[in-house]
Amino acid sequence: MAEYLIKNGFVFDPVLGINGDKTDIAIKDGKIVESTALSSATVIDAAGKTVMAGGVDVHAHVAGPKVNAGRNFRPEDKLFTYESGKGVRRMAGGFSVPTTFKTGYSYARMGYTTVMEAAMPPLYARHTHEEMRDTPIIDEGAYPVFGNNWFVLEYLKNNEVENTAAYISWLLRTTKGYAVKIVNPGGTEAWGWGLNCNSVHDPVPYFDITPAQIMKGLMEANEYLKLPHSIHIHTNNLGNPGNYETTLDTFKLFEGEKPKDEFGRQQVMHHTHVQFHSYGGDNWGNMESKADTIMDYVNAHDNLTIDIGQVTLDETTTMTADGPFEHHLTELNHLKWTNRDVELETCAGIVPYVYSPNIKVCGIQWAIGLELALLAKDHMRVHLTTDHPNAGPFTRYPRVMKWLMSQKAREAQLDAMKWGDKVRGQSLISGIDRELSLYEIAMMTRAGTAKCLGLAHMYGSLKPGLEGDVAVYDYNPETADDPEQIERAFGNAAYLFKAGEMVVKDGEILSNGRKRTLWVDVKVKENPQVMRDVTEKFLKYYTVTQANYEVHEEGYIRNPYRIEVDATQ
Amino acid sequence: METVTLTPRAQPELYIDAENVTPDAFAGKSAAEIEAIHVHEGNQTQMLGDYFTVSGKGGATAAETRIVINGDVVRVKYLGMRMTAGEIEIKGSADMYVGAWMEGGKIHVTGSVDAFAGTGMKGGDLIIDGNAGNYLGAAYRGDWRGMQSGTIRVKGNAGSDIGTFMNGGTIIIEGDVDVHVGTHAEGGTIIVKGNGKSKIGGQMVKGDIYVFGTIDVMMPGYIYRKDVDLEVDGTKATFAHYEGDMGERHGKRKGQVIYGNIYQKY
Repeated sequence: MAEYLIKNGFVFDPVLGINGDKTDIAIKDGKIVESTALSSATVIDAAGKTVMAGGVDVHAHVAGPKVNAGRNFRPEDKLFTYESGKGVRRMAGGFSVPTTFKTGYSYARMGYTTVMEAAMPPLYARHTHEEMRDTPIIDEGAYPVFGNNWFVLEYLKNNEVENTAAYISWLLRTTKGYAVKIVNPGGTEAWGWGLNCNSVHDPVPYFDITPAQIMKGLMEANEYLKLPHSIHIHTNNLGNPGNYETTLDTFKLFEGEKPKDEFGRQQVMHHTHVQFHSYGGDNWGNMESKADTIMDYVNAHDNLTIDIGQVTLDETTTMTADGPFEHHLTELNHLKWTNRDVELETCAGIVPYVYSPNIKVCGIQWAIGLELALLAKDHMRVHLTTDHPNAGPFTRYPRVMKWLMSQKAREAQLDAMKWGDKVRGQSLISGIDRELSLYEIAMMTRAGTAKCLGLAHMYGSLKPGLEGDVAVYDYNPETADDPEQIERAFGNAAYLFKAGEMVVKDGEILSNGRKRTLWVDVKVKENPQVMRDVTEKFLKYYTVTQANYEVHEEGYIRNPYRIEVDATQ
Repeated sequence: METVTLTPRAQPELYIDAENVTPDAFAGKSAAEIEAIHVHEGNQTQMLGDYFTVSGKGGATAAETRIVINGDVVRVKYLGMRMTAGEIEIKGSADMYVGAWMEGGKIHVTGSVDAFAGTGMKGGDLIIDGNAGNYLGAAYRGDWRGMQSGTIRVKGNAGSDIGTFMNGGTIIIEGDVDVHVGTHAEGGTIIVKGNGKSKIGGQMVKGDIYVFGTIDVMMPGYIYRKDVDLEVDGTKATFAHYEGDMGERHGKRKGQVIYGNIYQKY
């Protein structure tokens, strides 16, 4: 395979502690190597450019039934956005719900190489994997949703953590999933009764269990299994004024808990898109930022990680397994809405949404996401996301970086808002003069996310032995003075190497890469009870047979990458 | 004002997408440069000069550019798409999407147009001497933002699904219309001087529809309120005023609920 030597770039690698030093990076046989290991390398001149490991996205909705329904549901999202195929590049289009091809190309152009699909309904795992298979370049994994699953609710109601763990093991293997996702625990199930769980102590109808018990129980099962990633939580009461208290209640459930994995992660829970969970006030008029209270807690407790869920002020398509929230949203904006119940497992809803800079609440939401990142003490634990496409498309990451790295850019955006002064009054953004460095951005987008996912042995750094995923951006940290340069450079990578292959050069796609699908195969002690329960539920309730449920590696997955864990000890 | 004349030489074998035939694209260009502008026929990219003889030149700006199309162009789509200023005169009939998403200026068609004329229109004037097809002044598929502003006048008849999701502006049809008028409208005015069929104002939240002739089937969601004397597009008459669609959500202004209105002339 080709060898590359990336010379003289400004390297940012928080794992190795390299902060903008000019260091050469060598790639051979798909991996990062010492430059002495090269024999006949192609030299890439990265002088005046920024070099980082390939980006790792911890949370985005990029494949699966609700993403695809979103594509069908919004023909107007694709109007005027199609690009015809050229060279190896296939025809691709869409803005907030791009096609699979555009998803792969756009991430690659931003220098990202690994992306996690954040909610996979187990019943539709086959569909999810088919879409991931068709998404070029990027390595992907998918989190099956567990927070409203009948097996989990029934086992945890009786405190059966070992049975829950055996079920998780079976489901991860059957659906080729990566981690335990929890969306509005109990609330999505309650939605089947037209109800919701607005606090972590609201009982789930019929099951007689609370969201707190579900989250705590799944955390215990997750640590029992020693999974690479922690539980991945979207807690109750998303998007409502005053909900920061629910968020803190959720955080506090895990106080004193320690991770038991062997993958180097330090958190027992990841809380996703925290921007949507940091609202003060009790109505839309007095809704205000509580990012400071949230970050005080996060900064003081090192056993949890978060991602920000930054609002990008675009027209987008919200889609979530939080069914009651989507109903709430369509009542608010009267735009089209679709909703689906997924048998024993979960549900999902979709509503288009316009985050207008002329709406005060949207401005405050925009401010909160940035505040979370700017108030963070440890950016290894605070990640950059837009909860794509919920708070905005992932293609805006470079714009979010611009806002995080430049107070001037933030003030310009505030000035462009119709209610800029009110947004300033009900948020903290104007009082924060911090500007993040590229080193901190590398933590938020690579080093930290890879560690949080338990993938620090593969991604997130340029340490020899890791995957040959390297992004080179045309950005000179010594001379750059215009914030717009950040957005331009980080949206159009000068080079991207994926598993040692050059896939992007000057923003143009050269190769569809050899994308992999990551999944976790965790071995547990035989558990006849759980296997009997599974068989019984399929006979009694599921519309498909058990034989038509499993995702087989062959046929559904291109280049499966199995991560093995032994939890039998 | 400078005039560019396009004379069709041969009808294309397939339909062509001519979204660059606008005063905005022609401004500042010579006849030779205009001939080199791209159009699409099927999956092939061709030049405008392959189908039209071009004479004259573009003005300095879109507003100072007038385009005359000398004859029928029934296999040409998207004429005047997204234009912001200037004028287009089509001396004949055109295919779909004439003046779609136009923002300003004026388009005059002496013949008829096919479907989707004035889709998502944001401003300007679209005048059609003949008939218009379906989805006149409607929203693009899936969108909730139909015609926002501007005026469409059709001297003949129009098809179905006129003004779907209309938010503003005026559509005047001097002849008859087919089913579905102003569906989901949240503003704007539709005047039908001929006869209407069924599904007029279905799911309308706000806006005004005037019908001078007959309505085959009135939507059940409309309630007769009173007779009113009005002047509508130059005609003074007495109209029966109906409010609806009662099945929809309705906002309030100064304590009063806002409904959609249908006025039918006696």
